Amino acid sequence: MNILNLIRIAFKALQRNKLRAFLTMLGVIIGVASVIAMVAIGQGSKQSIQTQLSSMGSNMITVLPSSNVAGGARLGGSSVQTLTIDDVKALQKQAANISFISPAAISSGQSIFGAFNWPTTIYGVSPSYLDIRQWELTDGIPFSEEDVRASAKVCLIGQTVVTNLFPNGESPIGKIIRFNNLPFQVIGTLAAKGQSSFGQDQDDVILAPYTTVQKRILATIYFRTIYASAINESASDAATDEITAILRKTHRLRNSDENDFQVRTMAELISALSSTSNLLTILLTAIAGISLVIGGIGIMNIMYVSVTERTREIGLRMSIGARGIDILMQFLIEAIMISITGGLIGVALGITSAKLITIFLSWPTLVSESSIILSFAVCAFTGVFFGYYPAQKASRLDPIEALRYE
Amino acid sequence: MSKKILELQNIKRAFIMGTETVHALRGVSFDVMAGEFVTIMGSSGSGKTTLLNTLGCLDKPTEGVYMLDGVNVGGLSRDELARLRNRKIGFVFQSYNLLPRTSALENVELPLFYNSSVSYDERKQKAIKALEAVKLADRLDHTPNQLSGGQQQRVAIARALVNEPVMILADEATGNLDTRTSYEIMALMQELNQVQGKTIVFVTHEPDIAAFSTRTVMLRDGKVVRDTPNENIRSAKEALASLPHSDDY
Ligand SMILES: Nc1ncnc2c1ncn2[C@@H]1O[C@H](COP(=O)(O)OP(=O)(O)OP(=O)(O)O)[C@@H](O)[C@H]1O
Ligand SMILES: [Mg+2]
Repeated sequence: MNILNLIRIAFKALQRNKLRAFLTMLGVIIGVASVIAMVAIGQGSKQSIQTQLSSMGSNMITVLPSSNVAGGARLGGSSVQTLTIDDVKALQKQAANISFISPAAISSGQSIFGAFNWPTTIYGVSPSYLDIRQWELTDGIPFSEEDVRASAKVCLIGQTVVTNLFPNGESPIGKIIRFNNLPFQVIGTLAAKGQSSFGQDQDDVILAPYTTVQKRILATIYFRTIYASAINESASDAATDEITAILRKTHRLRNSDENDFQVRTMAELISALSSTSNLLTILLTAIAGISLVIGGIGIMNIMYVSVTERTREIGLRMSIGARGIDILMQFLIEAIMISITGGLIGVALGITSAKLITIFLSWPTLVSESSIILSFAVCAFTGVFFGYYPAQKASRLDPIEALRYE
Repeated sequence: MSKKILELQNIKRAFIMGTETVHALRGVSFDVMAGEFVTIMGSSGSGKTTLLNTLGCLDKPTEGVYMLDGVNVGGLSRDELARLRNRKIGFVFQSYNLLPRTSALENVELPLFYNSSVSYDERKQKAIKALEAVKLADRLDHTPNQLSGGQQQRVAIARALVNEPVMILADEATGNLDTRTSYEIMALMQELNQVQGKTIVFVTHEPDIAAFSTRTVMLRDGKVVRDTPNENIRSAKEALASLPHSDDY
């Protein structure tokens, strides 16, 4: 008996019991679809984290103040103040692996233009900040070192601030806006960057010289953060070591002292976030995989029922010349057809639901070919594995006993 | 001139049921020539079905030699037996054993699926021819539940014929049917036997059915107690014609 005949026989048998075949398939369909959708969600979030982080500048290094253990109590990062302009200058002079550096003094407050106002955040930075963040201007010019030295009241505004303070579409360039009652002249607008991977609107920002923010708004000599960029991505680690060494010196830390600052590279952040999303992918896939196995057990269950129910049919087929192997193949192919058809429907459903998740929940998804191939292979294997036992049982029946079966 | 198609030498079949042993056949010996129409008779439990299953290579005797068409069946493997059943034997059962929800045509095609020398087109043609032979050419697409008992049995006979076997084995093939339909089936059997020269072994316990055959073997308690050729063979066609035309109750 050739394979085509077997497929035809199996197909006819399934056709005789369409609803049951479909219900059996359902387990596999859901299993495969959820594997594909889950992996798509995991991969999608991983990819979007990576692209967003690298849009922030993949060479970026962040220095944050932190408390060294003093009397056993650790203070929260934002309440400690250890970074000053001396640190920035020392780094600028001594660090060979750094191409740009900018301090940041940060304050939130209310911005006002005419009748419009908008709560936002002002970043007091140096002109290099735009290079570090790889940030373009859509209009106007950046502020200069001269503006920094003069603590000039000039600013660059992000797109969210533009839409909220200038909703009528007039050009903000040259206009005077107020931030916490301090007037600033808008000299440029920043290109849109969208949401960061932490869900923060990167365009809801005003950039101004750090001297202006430090003196006129915060009245402090400290910085919240120092941003730097390594000369290239592979220099990140060297730059980190360099920064650490320089800052320990300027902070006069003894060998036994802990750092009173933290140095973070973007690469670290990317890998940390990727590993969380990898874990997420693994967990989701494991759950989906379990449902695939349950689908397989469903097939086995139905095939057993089917073999028992069709004992007389098996007896008849044997009496008209079917060999054991023919019966085995018939039931095995039936099981494989169920699992493969279910797998195909599951693949389609998985891809569709990934798309729908993106459309309706706006979660990023990425349907990977490997997840399709893998889940399809697993489900075909499931068919063979779980179909084999019942099929073998059928093939070993004694023809007379099978014919007599009530 | 006609050759031996079946040769049974001291066939015994015992079923072991726990501590008890049931001797269904206790030493059966007879030959069947090609072209014979043999009925096997006997009371219930005398071993008719067991004997027929042995002839049909569905069951192996515990003892004795069974030659089918010159081949010693005892030495064959399971797969070789399956091939033998497929090519040389056509089985007809009391309970028809058609596949439910499957058209008459597909039911008849079934044995050809297990015969790789038959192509797809041939399969259909042969099945149609077999159904024509049992006068069911107009019922190809009917499923068993759309057919009468007699029609279902004719489908089963078509299925037995489709692979052009040398021998047809029937186990109480008329057991579930009324007299008229039984005679119709017997007329068909006689035609197959006389026109096509098929060897037929037909189990029944109705003497008037046995009258249509050429020879009757009587079993009792697993032994042949009588084996007689039939002197005046009744024609099923004539018997059918002599039945009252239609019963008005
Ligand atoms: N599979 C089996 N296991 C045990 N005993 C069996 C089996 N098959 C048949 N027998 C026994 O063998 C004997 C002969 O049975 P068989 O079916 O051949 O009788 P039969 O002549 O066909 O009867 P009937 O006319 O009622 O069909 C019976 O006593 C029966 O109980
Ligand atoms: Mg019987």
